[in-house]
Amino acid sequence: MTTLTINGKPRQIDLSGDTPLLWALRDHLGLTGTKFGCGMSLCGACTVHVDGEPTRACVTPISAAVGKNIVTIEAIDQDAIGQKVQDAWLALGVPQCGYCQSGQIMAATALLQHNPSPSDADIDKAMSGNICRCGTYPRIRAAIKQAAGLKEIKP
Amino acid sequence: MNKSLDHAELTVDGDNVSIVNISRRGFLKDLALSGFVLAAGFPALTKADETAAPTAKDKYGADAMPHGWVDNPLVFVAIAEDGTVTIVCHRSEMGQGVRTSLPMVVADELEANWLHVKVEQAPGDEVRYGNQDTDGSRSMRHFFMPMRRVGAAARQMLESAAAAQWQVPVHEVHADLHRVIHPATGRTLGYGELAQAAAKLPVPARESLRLKTPADFRYIGKGQVGIYDGRDIVRGLGQYGIDTRLKDMLYAVVARPPVFGGKVVSYDAKDALKVPGVLKVIELPSSPPPAEFNPLGGVAVIASNTWAAIQGRKALKIEWNKGPHGNYDSVVYKTELEAAARKPGKVVRNEGDVEAALKTAAKRVEAEYYAPHLAQAPMEPPAATARIIKGHCEIWACTQAPQLSHDQVAKWLKLTPEKVTVHVTLLGGGFGRKSKPDYVIEAALLSQAMNGKPVKVTWTREDDLHHSYFHTVSVERLEAGLDDQGKPIAWLHRTVAPTISSTFGPDSKHQMPVELGMGVINVPYTIANLRIENPEAEAHTRIGWFRSVSNIPHAFAIQSFVAELAAAAGRDHKDFLLELIGPPRRIDPRTLGDNWNHGESPELYPIDTGRLRRVTETVADKAGWGRALPKGRGLGIAAHYSFVTYIAVVVEVAVSEDGILSIPRIDVAVDCGPQVNPERIRSQIEGACIMGVSLATLGEISFKDGAVVQDNFHQYQLTRMDDAPREIRVHLLPATEFDTPLGGVGEPAVPPIAPAICNAIFAATGQRIRQLPIQEQLRKN
Repeated sequence: MTTLTINGKPRQIDLSGDTPLLWALRDHLGLTGTKFGCGMSLCGACTVHVDGEPTRACVTPISAAVGKNIVTIEAIDQDAIGQKVQDAWLALGVPQCGYCQSGQIMAATALLQHNPSPSDADIDKAMSGNICRCGTYPRIRAAIKQAAGLKEIKP
Repeated sequence: MNKSLDHAELTVDGDNVSIVNISRRGFLKDLALSGFVLAAGFPALTKADETAAPTAKDKYGADAMPHGWVDNPLVFVAIAEDGTVTIVCHRSEMGQGVRTSLPMVVADELEANWLHVKVEQAPGDEVRYGNQDTDGSRSMRHFFMPMRRVGAAARQMLESAAAAQWQVPVHEVHADLHRVIHPATGRTLGYGELAQAAAKLPVPARESLRLKTPADFRYIGKGQVGIYDGRDIVRGLGQYGIDTRLKDMLYAVVARPPVFGGKVVSYDAKDALKVPGVLKVIELPSSPPPAEFNPLGGVAVIASNTWAAIQGRKALKIEWNKGPHGNYDSVVYKTELEAAARKPGKVVRNEGDVEAALKTAAKRVEAEYYAPHLAQAPMEPPAATARIIKGHCEIWACTQAPQLSHDQVAKWLKLTPEKVTVHVTLLGGGFGRKSKPDYVIEAALLSQAMNGKPVKVTWTREDDLHHSYFHTVSVERLEAGLDDQGKPIAWLHRTVAPTISSTFGPDSKHQMPVELGMGVINVPYTIANLRIENPEAEAHTRIGWFRSVSNIPHAFAIQSFVAELAAAAGRDHKDFLLELIGPPRRIDPRTLGDNWNHGESPELYPIDTGRLRRVTETVADKAGWGRALPKGRGLGIAAHYSFVTYIAVVVEVAVSEDGILSIPRIDVAVDCGPQVNPERIRSQIEGACIMGVSLATLGEISFKDGAVVQDNFHQYQLTRMDDAPREIRVHLLPATEFDTPLGGVGEPAVPPIAPAICNAIFAATGQRIRQLPIQEQLRKN
């Protein structure tokens, strides 16, 4: 039995330690917002945060996530930056099919958490691991900038 | 509507996921308990209004599609006593925004407040809803008018109910944003208050419907309505086919024959069964050709979770028979296509005397263009879940073809149609792949093999790339003669590509009218001597449709060749292209040998060269055609008509000294007729541009020893953020009114991108690309 901290709560998982976090989340915990796209860390659809770092859940064994703070798309709105990213995504109509957008939002949120005003090159670097087959990249870029801009507004 | 209650139950054992669904279920329960559901409460009425399309000798548009269209408000609209309006979407949502746009059309005519609208997804049932094949860029163009009538009829029923209650003539009242008003007395009644009474009224006759004038539209043409599923998507709560969870569900993956037409000779499941979580190994039979929608057969591993199933599959030892296509090799096949293109083939259009004109030409130009197989590679790979309870099979699937899935499951399980239900989830992309329900049948067969237990089949990315219904592979050979003024006087085009019809009939070696009608037979250019030939090509894999289909190789070749001709004539490419298009005229496509015309009426949808000119001129103007650019930069133009929509693009490329390509900007002008949801049109066009960039620069599926070479995204590469065009400017040409017919939107921007890129590369470097993808062809050293 493995205990993981997911979205702030301890969760018991009865799976072998080499099981990728992706399948533990999806099949055992019902957290299907984290998506399967490639299984080889090539597309970013499964991006979650592990101790604040964007991490591909499809190649992260659950044994490597023990004792760490795992955040999935289902809880990213509990983070102020995550919420701003979601809002910008909706305001600019980023999603088309939406399937990759969980991973895109997790990657974008991690980027803005580390770098509040990213350049285009920063955005390229942080986001190019996440494939969108619908081709929403221009709006993703614009939404990241919008979310970053909002962040700078002081109340 | 009742069926969707079951759909809401499916995630009840989820975590946060279940909250939304429980609330939705609660909503539906309340709706039912409230005693009034405009749709479900009156099944007799639903049947009473026979909604079959009028019969005509020649059917076009939605009339020509299986089960046509339905415009009965009782099928599509339900109003609860709390005023909540539920609108059914019967087309599959795969990113084009149809779950927003079609209900929005109903809501507009209904005078419903969008904030009080809920959208429910229809199961596969075309008799009830009309055609559900979500492909061909036709959801809006076929269902705009039926959905307007749905909304208008429901609105008139509410108005009649209010007038009856107030005992005033109906013409004295009118609907206004979720209520009916009697201006003379200032009385109002909300839709919720009127719903019960309205539902008891007869559905107004089609001829008596009063459609809004466009000036009165609230949502249509405005683009201020956000996508319906947006909030679910950004919270990870959208339910795709791969997300289905049922109580006691089992998880399956399938090892399929690596070569199309191959079979299992023998297998050893001993090690697979030792993998923790693996429960059972089941052989699935292969089907004889043609491929149709049949599952490929192979060996399935059933497990208690997806990962265990994948691990179990790795441990299988399978001996495969390769079958008749074991030698399929893309390098060899390319030379076969080239050889076929260099010899005369079946003549599919012939005007004037091409040979004679070529002989007298001052200059002759010839070129061959190659475009490879592609896989649609939707980010959500194919996935489906099935369970069978008391002889009734229920399916949850991300499918573009709900009715076909339904029919195929019934056929394979030998069930009568009413014993199958297909619930349609969100689709994580489709692009044509999910029009083929082979994966849905797999789920049904495996559930049957597990005594009806719920089984979810998940395709891994490797499965998806190895076992697609692939976009064709083609050689296009063009030859033209120019007179001494540089004007084209002869045009000979040989198009060679395995046809989609080979998937449905074993001896099909020629392109179908549908494929030829995608930009090759129907070129509207003013050339006196013109011949188009289609030599034979044999298929060695399953050929299917990929977003914009045969338009891709046809537009790539023709729009590249026009640029080559302009260069040979020493002319500006844009001016040369406009001269080839010629003066504005409305051409009956049948006079070009195109009797298909994207399934649309040749009278309603002639090929309008004025519109093709207008998008070309617009995009040239907006992109600053002819502007000075630094060294290594260039502009390329292309114009293409497909899915009854006119598109022209200008691509700006930058090629570095060592040959690295980047795309700073794309301008794209679109004339798709009236624009119902301009915001989603823009998003579709932007996305199509990027898919066009992806297939032009990176996309290639190749075969070796009969099997696909590319396993995953490291080998089948797709355009990523850093290589995407930095700026895409979409220029929507204003439609005069909503009285001109609608064009398609989802597909037609894909085809002109690749040739425009290649033309821009030529302008930037002098290097002509005639083989896709571009990949490393520009690299120096």
